[in-house]
Amino acid sequence: MPTLPSSLSPAGPAGSPFRASKSFLRRRALWGSFAGGCLLIAAASSVFVTLGIVYVLVTESMGFFAQISLLDFLTDTQWTPVFENAHFGVMTLVSATVTVAGIALAVSIPAGLALAIYLSEYARREVRETVKPCLELLEGVPTVVYGYFTLLFFTPLLQTFIPGLEGFNMLGPGMVMGIMILPYTASVSEDAMRAVPSGLREAGYALGYSRFRVAMRVVVPAAFSGITAAFILGMSRAVGETMVVAIAAGQNPNFSFNPTEGAATITAYIVQMAMGDLPHDSIAYQSVFAAGIVLFVITLTFNLIGFFLRRRFKEVY
Amino acid sequence: MTQKIFHDQHVTQLSPKTEPPPHAQRESLAAEIRKLSFWYGETQALKEITLSIAYRKVTALIGPSGCGKSTLLRSFNRMHDLYAGNRYSGEICLFPENHNLIELDPFMVRLRIGMVFQKPNPFPKSIFENVAAGLRIQGVQNKKLLSDRVEQALRDAALWEEVKDRLSQSAYGLSGGQQQRLCIARALAPQPEILLLDEPTSALDPIATAKVEDLITDIRNRFTVIIVTHNMQQAARISDFTAYMHLGKLIEFAPTGELFTTPQETLTRDYITGRFG
Repeated sequence: MPTLPSSLSPAGPAGSPFRASKSFLRRRALWGSFAGGCLLIAAASSVFVTLGIVYVLVTESMGFFAQISLLDFLTDTQWTPVFENAHFGVMTLVSATVTVAGIALAVSIPAGLALAIYLSEYARREVRETVKPCLELLEGVPTVVYGYFTLLFFTPLLQTFIPGLEGFNMLGPGMVMGIMILPYTASVSEDAMRAVPSGLREAGYALGYSRFRVAMRVVVPAAFSGITAAFILGMSRAVGETMVVAIAAGQNPNFSFNPTEGAATITAYIVQMAMGDLPHDSIAYQSVFAAGIVLFVITLTFNLIGFFLRRRFKEVY
Repeated sequence: MTQKIFHDQHVTQLSPKTEPPPHAQRESLAAEIRKLSFWYGETQALKEITLSIAYRKVTALIGPSGCGKSTLLRSFNRMHDLYAGNRYSGEICLFPENHNLIELDPFMVRLRIGMVFQKPNPFPKSIFENVAAGLRIQGVQNKKLLSDRVEQALRDAALWEEVKDRLSQSAYGLSGGQQQRLCIARALAPQPEILLLDEPTSALDPIATAKVEDLITDIRNRFTVIIVTHNMQQAARISDFTAYMHLGKLIEFAPTGELFTTPQETLTRDYITGRFG
């Protein structure tokens, strides 16, 4: 049997070697499981809160769906929960939600993409490091400020261009929301673009590509799923946004996709009901939770799509 | 620093006094580097390099890490211009026009000179579109012409048989070695005047490396190739001329056989015998 050269033989004990006592090991194990347990509780609390929300939404709206058929809920085009002749067509609220979110995206996609391409591919480092924190500061502005900004400044401004624009409308809040979600859309898509390896850019330049062509033909396609995820997350934020629409889009349930009209979104309806005093077990009270479930499903869907896209883009290169 | 005179019949070393007429240069040289220095900010990475690149031959640049061989290679397509603070002085003359490419528009230079990088870097596109990318930017739109030249480039890169049935699939489905040959095809498709290879096999396994070396040998009579390599055996196998660089200087330049068998400089001899590097 071959033997190791003496220089490689196991070293003898130097000084007094460490030997763990039983109590040391016990304390160690105890601390280990205690710390692990605390962290588990912290992690589990987010899951329990989510489950709790789902539980409340479902149980509270059970009473609602016992009286109103799902078919009426989804096909009626009127939403008048507190009227004598109550109608519960949630599509009335969904139409406004979709319209406002759509306008927000129509603003945010071109603006966010242009900003992200500029920051990632054109801006010098100093410029990027000044602009990006400013951009992320937009996130810190309270949404109620955006709401009054829209109602008192932006809508009057738009009315000078668009004569038929109502005081409460979906266009103004939609556009302001498009700016409001820029921290999500531009910043996250810029991160995705900067994650594109520089070797890929160099490959483009080596073929004679211009800077713009490298950005559009190499970087954007390579970061595509990350960019898409950014916009889907921004969209789900826009769908769930409350104050801007509650203040500036009006609170009148109105089945309409016309951006010049005012209309209540799902969130605006919920906040409106929350401010009135409704009897606890009335159908109007329960309708809040039914509307909430619809909102929950919409944002959950977008978040899931965003999650899977983001996971895919991490694997690309 | 001495520089060996070529003995190859097709190649004549230019001396400043007796410059051959332009057409004779075309016979022999694809480019000539004259007193090229280069700085990354304050750091000088190339020191007055003078070197001739033989037309339709393979020239290898070897030397220890940090000797400037990749820097020299990347000067040819002005890759350094992408990053701030870099500076050149001297000339890299492209023949037959005898234009100094340091003074040309870098985007125009890159249309004429192709490059393959250390790591395979195909675009997130189909195999076909990867190879067609360089043709499209040169304005080739005719579908027949495009597909002919894509096929030719893929054949040149010894990849055609492996991918001809899946040209529309993503390039990321290919193995690392195939991706690198795809990148070679992408660089070859626009028929570059010079093809730069920056350690093209350092990320590949031995079998994939052998395939790339074979294809370089196959195209050597149709393209001017400059290859940077860490692997001396590779330089010895595939190149016609070898330049040995050390600390930003060109130490020795000779036909490959001579440089490896009878190196004239101590530094060269030490490096190729493995005493350092």
